[in-house]
Amino acid sequence: MRLNRLPQYLYLVLVYGFLYLPILVLVVYSFNDSKYSLEWQGATWEWYQNLFDDPDLLQVALNSALIATLSASVATVIGTTTAVALHRYEFFGKTVLNALIFVLMMTPDIVMGIALLILFASLSLPLGFWTLLLAHVTFNIPFVVVTVLGRIGGFDRHLIEAARDLGATEFQVFHKILLPLLAPAVVAGWLLSFTLSMDDVMVSFFVTGPSFEILPLKIYSMVRLGVTPEINALCTIMLGVTLGMILIAQLLLREKS
Amino acid sequence: MRPREPFKWMAVGTIWFWLVAFALLPNLLVFVASFLQRGSDEFVAFAFTLGNYQRLLDPLYLGLLLDSFWLAAITTILCLLLGYPFAYLLTRMTPRWRPLLLLLVIIPFWTSSLVRTYAMVIVLKANGLLNQILLGLGLIDEPLELLYTEPAVILGMLYALLPFMILPLYATLEKLDHRLIEAARDLGAGQFTIFRRIIVPLTLPGIIAGSILTFLPGLGMFYVADLLGGAKALLVGNLIRDQFLSARDWPFGAAVSVMLTVLMGVLLAAYYLSSRRASRGVMP
Repeated sequence: MRLNRLPQYLYLVLVYGFLYLPILVLVVYSFNDSKYSLEWQGATWEWYQNLFDDPDLLQVALNSALIATLSASVATVIGTTTAVALHRYEFFGKTVLNALIFVLMMTPDIVMGIALLILFASLSLPLGFWTLLLAHVTFNIPFVVVTVLGRIGGFDRHLIEAARDLGATEFQVFHKILLPLLAPAVVAGWLLSFTLSMDDVMVSFFVTGPSFEILPLKIYSMVRLGVTPEINALCTIMLGVTLGMILIAQLLLREKS
Repeated sequence: MRPREPFKWMAVGTIWFWLVAFALLPNLLVFVASFLQRGSDEFVAFAFTLGNYQRLLDPLYLGLLLDSFWLAAITTILCLLLGYPFAYLLTRMTPRWRPLLLLLVIIPFWTSSLVRTYAMVIVLKANGLLNQILLGLGLIDEPLELLYTEPAVILGMLYALLPFMILPLYATLEKLDHRLIEAARDLGAGQFTIFRRIIVPLTLPGIIAGSILTFLPGLGMFYVADLLGGAKALLVGNLIRDQFLSARDWPFGAAVSVMLTVLMGVLLAAYYLSSRRASRGVMP
């Protein structure tokens, strides 16, 4: 039994290698002191320096951070209250609501992107900040719902019943009992939403205009022109932000079981 | 429940409003637009037509659709072949290491697909890593043209989508009741029979969920085709995008999108049926 585990470990290592090697190459090249050559010419911060010296790029990054922060916050409020409602209440259309949230999560980005584009065009809303924000809130909501719902069952129901018996309103139950208990999952949901929003290309592609540029679309247009060390550096920063967010989120979601 | 609970109605009302306004209504508009004609100064002209759907059968577009389906299907199958044994092995690792190993799949799951596709460009380009390695090993004499080929697009989609296959598979494989496998073995079933009659049916929901999450994006991810496949319109996603951007034929783009939505509906129904069957299967 011991012997035939070796090929199994080898297989795992190979798949992990496939997943991580290209990313690793990207990160290493972002520090390579050579514009064209592949060979390692020593470490440099030059490409990162170039990024920070570009005021346009900084503005675009700021736009992205703004949209990500706002959309994650709105989605967290709506998603958290939805998860609590789905868990605590019976109401008309609950099954349909559940199904809709699931379908929304599975919807291909391109379908959602053009559907929202057609909506905004019908309402004659100019494409830019507001349309982008509405779109990002929409695709973030299901992920918050699922994240919070996943952690909601684990605690003592008597606590809530006691509070209700003592005359607490549903809002007080939510605010004083559920929210503190769910805080880690709520924060994790916010972080995951922030990440999704920060990285989204496909939906944003259709629902923003030239008046409001964001980072993933900027990277997309840069990348189409070719590989440069500056893009490597920018992508490495994006990877770093995502990694940080995901690690914190996963840490928060780790249950003491 | 007390007669007046503002919190409950606020919560339920808000989510319903949001879903109706930004999910149901937009898709209804897409559906309507797909039956309208292309407008000259407006994006659509309000005249009913089935022409947009008929055009999907035009050899020009049908060829592209079939090619795209083919690419997405191959990607999905490769993800499944690579991901299923991988997810299974993950569930058999010691509980001490499993969270870390799982985290290593979750990280790429959440990482920007665009950034990861770009990383693939770096690996595949003419003076990229793969060519350098092959040259260094003396396997080739001059750099291969790896970029801007169909295999490059498949590799890029496989790379971007593999985590989306592994995680749903892991979720169902983790719940697999190993007593059923032991029982089957005691009753004399062979390895293959156990796999085919027990493991596959019980993990079918995960297989279908993973396939939805790889097949549909595999049709849509236009930037993978752009960056790894060159300027050719390879995917359904490129076709849709071009209708909305350059060709300015929104109704036809809407019709292509409706086709994707219907496809999603069929796959989700299959998922629903299989998960009902799987959960009935293990119930005593």
